[in-house]
Amino acid sequence: MSDHTLDDDAATYDEWLDAIETGEGFYLESPEGHGSLPPRRVCPHSGSTDLTHEPLAETGTVETYTVVHVGATAFDDDTPYISAVVDFGPVELTGVVRGVDLEAVAVGDEVSVTVETRETTDDRLVVFRPA
Amino acid sequence: MTTVRIAGVGLTPFGAHADRAGRELFASASLAAFQDAGVERSDVDQLNYGNFMGALAEHQGHQAPLMAEAAGLSCPATRYEEACASAGVAVREAVRSIRSGEADVVLAGGMERMTTLDTGQATAALAIAADELYEVRAGVTFPSAYALMARAYFERFGGEREDLAHIAVKNHANAVDNEYAQYQNEITVEQALDSPPVATPLHLYDACPITDGASAVLLVSEAYADDHGIEAPVSITGTGQGGDNLALQDREQMAQTPATETAAAEAYTDAGITAADVDFAEVHDCFTIAEVLAIEGLGLFEPGEGISAAREGATTADGETPINLSGGLKAKGHPVGATGGSQIAEITRLLQGDHPNSDAVDDATVGVAHNAGGTVASAVVHVLEADQ
Repeated sequence: MSDHTLDDDAATYDEWLDAIETGEGFYLESPEGHGSLPPRRVCPHSGSTDLTHEPLAETGTVETYTVVHVGATAFDDDTPYISAVVDFGPVELTGVVRGVDLEAVAVGDEVSVTVETRETTDDRLVVFRPA
Repeated sequence: MTTVRIAGVGLTPFGAHADRAGRELFASASLAAFQDAGVERSDVDQLNYGNFMGALAEHQGHQAPLMAEAAGLSCPATRYEEACASAGVAVREAVRSIRSGEADVVLAGGMERMTTLDTGQATAALAIAADELYEVRAGVTFPSAYALMARAYFERFGGEREDLAHIAVKNHANAVDNEYAQYQNEITVEQALDSPPVATPLHLYDACPITDGASAVLLVSEAYADDHGIEAPVSITGTGQGGDNLALQDREQMAQTPATETAAAEAYTDAGITAADVDFAEVHDCFTIAEVLAIEGLGLFEPGEGISAAREGATTADGETPINLSGGLKAKGHPVGATGGSQIAEITRLLQGDHPNSDAVDDATVGVAHNAGGTVASAVVHVLEADQ
């Protein structure tokens, strides 16, 4: 019982963003080699609780994307923007692609991940830029 | 195990009813369900009620007992929330309650009120069905999530915007004579293609509207129907549910929907049918691409073949397997928490011969309802059969 209460050492989402911001992005890996992202206590694939931090690949490839023309209110000043899911191998990440013309993004593009802020608010945002 | 019979169904017209409180909408649908059903309200064992965003759109939580009261019921009432599949799950749990013998009569359905919000607020409210940390904060909206799936589908199987436009055209054509539909007007492929982009490749006419409305389905056990002389020729003979990771980024792939496949397999086995036995279906076309994913997940079309089904006429009213004869979410409307019940109501009307589009399926005995939550992290499938 006592082994399975809140773990102060388990990474939070904000700590994961901090790590990406300082160029030390990571993902969680189970002994079976499955990747996942924090906050995570149990591997969703294997059920393992033995999760280690592994370095996120420096670059990933765009798996799918869309140009968002009607955004949520919290993204008013960011719209239009490119939203993409990027494959980093064991994990995929979702974010906004910057530094590319709206019409120039393509599936298979190689990008790196950073953390920037939205135009609309000061909230942090997962951002991909051309590698 | 008892057969679960549909003693009555009720709908409000779908559309903008911002001046009608949610309780009035659900009461109206329930009145229609009880009308001519031959079921006493005092016999209702429980209310299974679907609602997704009432706390945001109407500042009303704890809606189930409120809706029981509105429907004139004094029975336990529970709200089911599974995003856009809320009412589908409410119906499924009603079926299970009756089959278990715990209940003889259950009122299931749902209500959603959405036009109280402006477009930005509604977009934000719908987005809460996605992963808040990894999707919503990253700028994913409900339309853009399906746009990501559409692009992934095009990359894997091929397809183009014009294929999707034919789905919108078909569903609008089906809604023309449906008195409950929000949009009872035809559109053209050109209009769909020329509509403004929402999240590429999806444009305005690929998307379902923002809708207010309610649905109610009155389910009874075979024994209750027999004892009370209730004529209820349509039964729910199969139910199934599937799930998937909430965020698209955590899925194995985005061009197929395993939750639908799981739900369909369970429902078909439960009913003792195969996909080949399905005469027609009401599927969850919140966006045109969603209809493609649904009909493939249901096994009605092979992976990669659903995209051209409407364009080739296979799913039109006069096609081999008509899809969304009600107009679907696209043209009939999508009051999120009510939609799953609405699909059951429409299939019941179609099988009983009292739907404006019943002529398209006059020999049909098997209809399937497919209700999905979020980007199909939840899927519920029901098989409905008419007595021969």
